Amino acid sequence: MLSNKEKMLIAEIWERLIPVAEEIGADALLRMFACFPGSKTYFSHLDISRGSPHLLSHGKKIVLALAEGSKDISQLTVTLTPLQIMHAYQLRIDPTNFKLLSHCMLVALSCHMRDDFTAVAHAAMDKYLSAFAAVLAEKYR
Amino acid sequence: MVEWTDKERSIISDIFSHLDYEDIGPKALSRCLIVYPWTQRHFSGFGNLYNAESIIGNANVAAHGIKVLHGLDRGLKNMDNIEATYADLSTLHSEKLHVDPDNFKLLADCITIVLAAKMGQAFTAEIQGAFQKFLAVVVSALGKQYH
Repeated sequence: MLSNKEKMLIAEIWERLIPVAEEIGADALLRMFACFPGSKTYFSHLDISRGSPHLLSHGKKIVLALAEGSKDISQLTVTLTPLQIMHAYQLRIDPTNFKLLSHCMLVALSCHMRDDFTAVAHAAMDKYLSAFAAVLAEKYR
Repeated sequence: MVEWTDKERSIISDIFSHLDYEDIGPKALSRCLIVYPWTQRHFSGFGNLYNAESIIGNANVAAHGIKVLHGLDRGLKNMDNIEATYADLSTLHSEKLHVDPDNFKLLADCITIVLAAKMGQAFTAEIQGAFQKFLAVVVSALGKQYH
C-alpha cells in the first residue's frame, strides 16, 4: 500500500524524468531484452537494437504512461483503461513480463538517479510499478 | 551444468575485483529489509528495524550484509560447479535458518540495484545480464537442498 508521502515522491520522480523519457524507457527495454531474452518475442515486428527509433519511441511511450499514472495513483484503473484493453485483447503480453520490465525499470532508474534512488524511493517505486502492472493485467480474464 | 561464455566470466570477475563489499553489502541487505519488509522476519534479534533510517543505521544489518555478500565469493571461485559449492549453505538456510528460497531472489535484485546506483551508466545492459545470470545460478543453488 502506498502512503500519501510515497505517492507524492513517485509523482515527483516521474515528473522529473519526463524530459528523459526516451532515454530511460529505451534503457529499461534494452536491459530487459539482454537479461530476459524471452521478452524479445513480443517485438519481432520492431527494430529493438540500441538507438533504433522504434526502441526510443516505445521506451518513451512506456515512461510517459508511467508518469501519467503517477499523477493520480488512486485513479489508476480509470487512467489505464485504454491500455488495459490494448494489453488484454490486442497485445496479450504474458503478465510475468511486467515483473521483468518493472525490475529493469528500477535498474534503469538506479543507474540514472544514482544516490538519489534511495531505499525509500526504491520501495515506493517498486510498489507503484507492481500496482501499475496489476491494473494493466486486470482485463486479461 | 551452466555454460559461461568468456565474456560473461570476464564481466563477472571484473565486477567482483572492483566490488566494495563494505559499501555494497550493507546497502543491499538494508535495501532488501526496507523494500521487502517481510524479510525482516529473519532478523528479530538485530535490534531496531523500525523504519528505513534505523535499518540503514543498524550495525548488525551492516555486518551481516558484508558477510552475505562475501558468500558470493565461493561461487565466483567455482563457476563451473556452483550447485555443489552451495550445497551446505543451502542445507543451512533450509534446515536451520528456515528461509523461504524466494527471499534469495529478492536480495539478489537488491544487490543488482545497489550496484547499478554505484556504477551508473557503466552498469550496461550486457553487464547486468551477466551479473544477473550469475546471481540466478547462485540463487538456484541455494534453493537446491530444500526438501
